Amino acid sequence: MSALDTERPVPAPAPRRRRARRSTLTKASGVGLGLAVVWFSLLVLIPLAAVVIAAADGGWSTFVNTITDDDTAAAIRLTVAEAALVTLVNVVMGTVIAWVLVRDRFPGKRVLEVVIDLPFALPTIVAGLVLLSLYGPDSPVGVNVVNTRQGIFLALLFVTLPFVVRTVQPVLLELDAEVEEAAASLGASRATTFRRIILPALAPAITAGASLAFARAISEFGSLVLIAGNQPRHTEVASLKILKYIEGDQQAAAASVAVLLLLVAVVVIVALDLISRRVAARG
Amino acid sequence: MADAIPTPLDGGVLHEAPRRVRSRRGPLAYVLRAVVVLYLFFLVVWPVSVVVQRAFAPVDGKPGGIGPLWERLTDPAAIYAFNLTLTISFWAVVINTIFGVGISLLLVRHRFPGRRALSVLIDLPMSVSPVVIGLALVLTYSTSLGLFGDVLQATGLRIINSTPGLIMATAFVSLPLVIREVVPVLEEVGEDSETAAKSLGANGWQAFWRITLPTIKWAVVYGVVLSAARAIGEYGAVRIVSRGAEFNGETATLLIQNEYQAFNEAAAYAAAFVLVVLAVLALVVVTVLRPQESHRS
Repeated sequence: MSALDTERPVPAPAPRRRRARRSTLTKASGVGLGLAVVWFSLLVLIPLAAVVIAAADGGWSTFVNTITDDDTAAAIRLTVAEAALVTLVNVVMGTVIAWVLVRDRFPGKRVLEVVIDLPFALPTIVAGLVLLSLYGPDSPVGVNVVNTRQGIFLALLFVTLPFVVRTVQPVLLELDAEVEEAAASLGASRATTFRRIILPALAPAITAGASLAFARAISEFGSLVLIAGNQPRHTEVASLKILKYIEGDQQAAAASVAVLLLLVAVVVIVALDLISRRVAARG
Repeated sequence: MADAIPTPLDGGVLHEAPRRVRSRRGPLAYVLRAVVVLYLFFLVVWPVSVVVQRAFAPVDGKPGGIGPLWERLTDPAAIYAFNLTLTISFWAVVINTIFGVGISLLLVRHRFPGRRALSVLIDLPMSVSPVVIGLALVLTYSTSLGLFGDVLQATGLRIINSTPGLIMATAFVSLPLVIREVVPVLEEVGEDSETAAKSLGANGWQAFWRITLPTIKWAVVYGVVLSAARAIGEYGAVRIVSRGAEFNGETATLLIQNEYQAFNEAAAYAAAFVLVVLAVLALVVVTVLRPQESHRS
């Protein structure tokens, strides 16, 4: 499921002797590695390279013209703005949810644990339909977010819900309660304890969750198809713009916008790697 | 990269906080609890329950219930769609499992130049937008404009707008899931028993079947469940590489989109209901499997 996946990246290789350069491959595992790399290249690397090639094919000017085209630039601006806003809400709400799940006790808490993961487990098109059934044209509560920016915001909020919660929660569990108690017994108010003790400890996890949520929000497609309505300069986001270019047989333009999205993805991966290394070094 | 980001969802572990703060429960705690419950209710619980309700609701004056729902699901177009989705998911999961276990063993048990780069690249598919994945495959394998178009044209093999393309798109999006489960387990158990088996005369295959596979069994099962759930629910990449027309490359998720946009909402809700049930089922299996895996040793 899209569930539980994005927040569990492949662990870095175990600490190893630096510069242990010699290969330990046997003949059989060498063949296996060869086959695996060929398949991985055919499936992932060459196609992704093809996107970059297609974007570069028309030259730098085509690329610039595409992404500075009024509609496209508006779509990119909208995507980044919505993603940033959604990330902000997630930082606050995700931390609060994680806090309640770890520190509070009440009947039905375990149900909430499953509810948190549901947005990852649901197919994106179903996520869109789910939101439309309550906040769409036949809304039982009389709200209709179809073709609005609020609709995009709602859909992004739904699909990014688990990221911050699931990165902050384990850190909060590990947090040494004695330090908080010590701070309190020394006269720190709860606000001070939170600001000086808890927040710094949670910061790296919140950052990691926020970058995952941002990356997801920027590239989100399925849940927006039924909701966003795709009006240029109003509710058209980057991924839907790519779809429009593909359907209009403008592959180079589609590739240009796609390269921008890829760049964002790579930047986020690198940033995450740096953050987690820093945390590892500190721990 | 991930060692530092604690793995979430370790099933039951989350529920047993080792050290619990003696709660100085003020009014703030109740306010936060209420905020969280309301937020999740309006964002997730209520909308999902409305979908389930709609799946069973009466349509156009005809009574609702299980019978009509079953009728909509056994409509030939729906049967074709679910059949296609299951076929694609099956092959994608098989490919990803073999590839995933193989590459995990290589990454953990061997040292070779480029190993670090490979382990970072493996994670890439998870961070790429599904539309971009679809576009990437089209730009490579479409007979008319793909990088390999001429070769494919010559061999008469069709990938885009055909089942192989759907399998590739699905395999792409769920690629790292098995690896993410298997690598940590392999790292944790070390290779002592494998070395012992080999020193006692077992060959590579025997060591793999008798020693390695049983140790990573649960991780593989877990990865397979995650991959299957992801494969069944894939929409974006599939939308780009498939014609997506009725009886012609229309998967379950594409069916939902097509039926909804054709104002045939009842059929869309029926198919969505099945996918919601599958998703919840996968979640439950995942939470049940997790503790079992940690009791492995």
